[in-house]
Amino acid sequence: MTCVPASTEKKLGLVIDLDTCVGCQACVTSCKEWNTGGSMAPLTDLDPYGGSADGVWFNRVHTYEHTNEESSRTVHFPRSCLHCDQPACVTVCPTGASYKRASDGIVLVNEDLCIGCKLCSWACPYGAREFDVAVGVMKKCTLCIDRIYNENLVPEDRVPACVAACPTGARHFGDLGDPASPVSRLVAERGGVDLMPEMDYRPTNKYLPPRARSVSDGRGNAPALEPVAEGGFLGWVDRMLTR
Amino acid sequence: MHPALSVIVFTTATGAGYGLLAWLGAFAAGGVLPSNRWFALAALGLALALITGGLLSSTLHLGRPARAWRAFSQWRSSWLSREGVASVVTYVPAGLFAASWILLDRTDGIIAVTGLATAACAIITVVTTGMIYASLKPVAQWHTPYTMPGYVIYALMSGAVLLNAMLYVSRDESRAMSWIAFGLIALGWFWKNLTWQSNETLGGSTTLSTATGLAGGAVRSIEWPHSEENYLLKEMGYRIARKHAAKLRMFVHVLAFGVPLAATEVAILSDGWLAAFAAVLAALAMIPGLLVERWLFFAEAKHTVTLYYGRQAA
Repeated sequence: MTCVPASTEKKLGLVIDLDTCVGCQACVTSCKEWNTGGSMAPLTDLDPYGGSADGVWFNRVHTYEHTNEESSRTVHFPRSCLHCDQPACVTVCPTGASYKRASDGIVLVNEDLCIGCKLCSWACPYGAREFDVAVGVMKKCTLCIDRIYNENLVPEDRVPACVAACPTGARHFGDLGDPASPVSRLVAERGGVDLMPEMDYRPTNKYLPPRARSVSDGRGNAPALEPVAEGGFLGWVDRMLTR
Repeated sequence: MHPALSVIVFTTATGAGYGLLAWLGAFAAGGVLPSNRWFALAALGLALALITGGLLSSTLHLGRPARAWRAFSQWRSSWLSREGVASVVTYVPAGLFAASWILLDRTDGIIAVTGLATAACAIITVVTTGMIYASLKPVAQWHTPYTMPGYVIYALMSGAVLLNAMLYVSRDESRAMSWIAFGLIALGWFWKNLTWQSNETLGGSTTLSTATGLAGGAVRSIEWPHSEENYLLKEMGYRIARKHAAKLRMFVHVLAFGVPLAATEVAILSDGWLAAFAAVLAALAMIPGLLVERWLFFAEAKHTVTLYYGRQAA
């Protein structure tokens, strides 16, 4: 049923730290690698080695320049499904293929019911869903349900592939419905935000804005280099070499 | 938004078909239908052909057309599903209406009841079509109070113009129908202008700042996640040059509204073959006019996801 559950037992999701993300694309490629063999497999690639490669990806990293009065900085911005509390992608689905799980809040697509009408991708303001032209159905991030509950994996690997891959620890996974969970505390400490709050989709995933840049008072700086000798032997060498 | 031909044909054809069906039903209820089996066959045949053809065209848009029947299940939450249900339900009163008019050749009693039910179902179906688009928050140009009434107005307008032309051709012409067509074309023209004006000044509160959570200052896209096109850009990132949009809007002004309005007025003021010719001309001009109107409806609509790719305003 494509009606959204009134509440979910858990709100599993990601917290993404825009301060530490270095835009290395490791989360992007490990997401693709895991999911092209996972429950939504395959993630089709058309013309993968040609000049017009086009494929299905659940996670994409943009790069922006953010300029304000104090500074201008480069911000790498991973974009994936936010597993919203009010996911219009689910309610617009005419077949019941799209659904939000009452147990953990994860938004999923049942590929066997999807007719490929693409309306869910129109209803998502974040561009989280991508249509697989080879299979004729819509695909999206599953929050790696085939990892996070997978008892064949060691407990520390039971996190989404993107989280496991992040070399800078910019991606955090947990229950955002529990205010005492590490991810909820992180959001509270760092002032985590919703994307497009005005749309009122109430995303579960949160983004931590870059920290304010610290201004150096010069005390920690390395001493300036000695000036090149004017006279003596070294001065003579300097003059000879500069000639 | 990508203007998919199958969806453009679907919305314009079913709109005209349901509009025609609604007028036939309303006239049946009013007891003013011509008692003419051939006319009944032609008018209902055209309406049902437009509707059925349009609905079949919509399935061409699907990745898995064979599963289309599943779309009838989620009417509780989905306007697309409601549209599917309403379109199929409409066949029931329309079938009874057609049977009583064509087979029984009656224009009273049962036909009035089935006609009214048919008209109501036809309009409800067009409302659900309009709501599919009007309910989408990420597309500012669609998520307005103009979208759904627009679908109803253009459906009733194209249906009235088609019916007026058919009445002239079968020599059952009615001044009242001509005036209804004239009034609806004027209303449609007014509504389209109002919609385009409102879209010009659409001040969406969604910006790249709210989309990325980078508050204050300016956010500029400096690198995309991918070097080639992807599904999002092909489906949601369709862009139409402003100069082409202006020319196409002029095309819509002339063919969807201007020519049909003038030709309908000529039909009202004249008699005989000239009046019939003018009424048919109004219908023939409106077909390409409305197809381009619908093309622009998609091509000029901007989806919030394009903000992530550096498009400026929503």
